[in-house]
Amino acid sequence: MAQALTHSDPHIGDRPRPAKNYLNATTGIWSWMTTVDHKRIGVMYLVAVTSAFFVGGMFALLVRLTLLTPSHKLFGKVLIDADTYNRLFTLHGAIMVFLFIIPSVPGSLANFVLPLMLGAKDVAFPRLNLASFYLWCTGAVLAVTSMIFGAVDTGWTFYTPYSTTTQNAVGLMTMAVFILGFSSIFTGLNFIATVHKLRAPGMGWFDMPLFVWGTYATAIIQVLATPVLGITMVLLALERVFNIGIFDPKIGGDPVLFQHFFWFYSHPAVYIMILPGMAIISEIIPTFSRKTIFGYKAIAYSSVALALLGFLVWGHHMFVAGQSELATVVFSALTFLVAIPSGVKLFNWLATMYKGNISLETPMLYAISFILLFAIGGLTGIFLGALSTDIHLTDTYFVVAHFHYVMMGGTVIAFIGGVHYWWPKITGRMYSEKWGRVGCSLVFIGFNMTFLTQFFLGSKGMPRRYYNYLEQYQPLHAFSTFGSWVLGMGLFITAAYLFASLRKPMDAPDNPWGGTTMEWLTSSPPIEHNFEEQPVLEHEPYDYRPKVKKHA
Amino acid sequence: MSTSPVDLQHDPHGHGDDGHGHDDPHHQHHFTTMEQQFDTSKIGMWLFLATEVLLFGGLFVGFGMMQARFPEQFKEAHEHLQRPLGALNTVVLLISSWTMVMGVLSARTNQRKKLVIYLLITILCACIFLGVKYFEYSHKYEEGLLPGHYYSHHGDKIPTVNGANGYATFFSFYFMMTGLHGIHILVGIVLLAWIAVRGNRGEFNSSYYTPVDLVGLYWHLVDLIWIYLFPLYYLIS
Repeated sequence: MAQALTHSDPHIGDRPRPAKNYLNATTGIWSWMTTVDHKRIGVMYLVAVTSAFFVGGMFALLVRLTLLTPSHKLFGKVLIDADTYNRLFTLHGAIMVFLFIIPSVPGSLANFVLPLMLGAKDVAFPRLNLASFYLWCTGAVLAVTSMIFGAVDTGWTFYTPYSTTTQNAVGLMTMAVFILGFSSIFTGLNFIATVHKLRAPGMGWFDMPLFVWGTYATAIIQVLATPVLGITMVLLALERVFNIGIFDPKIGGDPVLFQHFFWFYSHPAVYIMILPGMAIISEIIPTFSRKTIFGYKAIAYSSVALALLGFLVWGHHMFVAGQSELATVVFSALTFLVAIPSGVKLFNWLATMYKGNISLETPMLYAISFILLFAIGGLTGIFLGALSTDIHLTDTYFVVAHFHYVMMGGTVIAFIGGVHYWWPKITGRMYSEKWGRVGCSLVFIGFNMTFLTQFFLGSKGMPRRYYNYLEQYQPLHAFSTFGSWVLGMGLFITAAYLFASLRKPMDAPDNPWGGTTMEWLTSSPPIEHNFEEQPVLEHEPYDYRPKVKKHA
Repeated sequence: MSTSPVDLQHDPHGHGDDGHGHDDPHHQHHFTTMEQQFDTSKIGMWLFLATEVLLFGGLFVGFGMMQARFPEQFKEAHEHLQRPLGALNTVVLLISSWTMVMGVLSARTNQRKKLVIYLLITILCACIFLGVKYFEYSHKYEEGLLPGHYYSHHGDKIPTVNGANGYATFFSFYFMMTGLHGIHILVGIVLLAWIAVRGNRGEFNSSYYTPVDLVGLYWHLVDLIWIYLFPLYYLIS
């Protein structure tokens, strides 16, 4: 007997909550630490990456606080000296990139939701999934250890020759990054195999939810790009320990080779970060517009296109690093191509909302914030992809603002939106909608205060990563710092009401938003093996033609 | 590859109600059929091999860049490698690839003894490879043909391009790539020994031989990388 995914049944969401779910099926710390259940691993990842986000965020607040005044004095004292400042921004970057954003959506939300969306009982390799989580933990421990042993002040990019000659703990940090890379590879590998082999009966490639498409595209990059970062980190470590000289110009090496290696991974990694964000938005928009997604295939293909294009544009990080002119022109032209699939997605989301029955609940507010912020982030990317303007803007706050609009305004906003969207499914509880809207508004306002300002700072010539700056930049720097406080407040409130919701009894219905994908078919929270009966796909995703009952 | 005890204990009704038996102890609960499980494992292994290719790929590209920068010196430096030993190792690995194929075939056709023998020959080949590599490395060490700053071969007049010595760069890449490959051979020996032990216990048969197949795929990749390394280093001229 198959359980059909149909909305003609008004009782979906009304059946009694099963007594046993994945949270209480087994008890004790050990049952969590040895679990191979993708849902539990997803929850552990969620806790882990948000902790990393908290630490990285604290460093960010300290960086902004340091830059409040050009004298760096607070209450008449210099609290953070230049060396500490260099470590702070490096740790902020390294933690946010390697410990938070890259594993954030794939590790936590995709781990939880992807098998549910496919109607599967688990990911393809459950134990590899757990191993990937423990690799993350190992990487995190190494990163923290490196902080104790003098930390790193190279910037998150570890550029040679400074990174190979400085005395601080680059070795530990590169080991951390190497191991985190393998964690990411295993997650990606797992998802590709899952999508290929564990789709529900009747579910073809173009019946998959777009979140799955986005995660699949991400996984391709994780598998194909990350090994190059791995070997780069090995080379860097060998260079430091044995002086093998591959990056050392004194004995025939080339420091720019490091940059090529590094960006060959780290540019595709940008798409590891943004594609899952886009994938979440593709779920939230149709659900809260109560309308079939516009251009399903175009969105699906554009995810794959972004994944492939991501491999061809690394040179745009090196326009002023001594590439040949021809290479520079080619990389610039290829970079403009990225705008096409990004634009396809953006316009399809807008077209989905057009004439939809939009309800502005918290996840949708985050989705709309994403569209606005990502549009700004994407368009300013064109400034930086254009050669002449890039020479002026390279290594200024304009770059900092641009990638924060894409990474934070894009991925992090989508991640928070996704956490809200699936919170009832994950925890079985509804959060306070009122506080959700307050939190989202503060995050949106604070984010723009912090980073819109930095576009102006950058175009006026403020270089990134500098400790000292001229008096004339102070008003903008101060405004940006005030913005970071509003942003921090918004995030704090968000964390607070989400935690508060955990204290009340489970009240979430199976399908609070009237979603049409398979994760809403099971109970909230799901039972240990996801579904009572194997779900069978009976209609395409985002089919809102029948009237769907919605949580009041 | 067995279902974990956690799943068995707390799943009173999850199994069996989907209309198929779970008679094979290797069958994991989230796969409908053994074929599906086998195909999935293979996809996983191929993806892992893709990451290995890219891991080495970065080094191949770096080597190519440096060779373009120091063409003359790379050519001269490669004269120091012992071509017959490299050729011998190539043959040894090719033989081991063949025995590996025969091993997988034996597992699939329920020939337990043959499987173990073929795996042992494969391991022997791997050890011969490492032995030969040991002689090559110690020769380089004695001659001072070492990476980067350790390079101290006196026969050369320390030729430089803009003050840089391409010989040292050549040997940096040589040791790194053959070294990384050697580590993969070592891992391969451990894996081969593991499936040889399991094979000897009779754990593999025509309906379940996934580990043999996957280790076989890994071993072929390790061979394949050597097939590329050999001409890259030993046959520059």
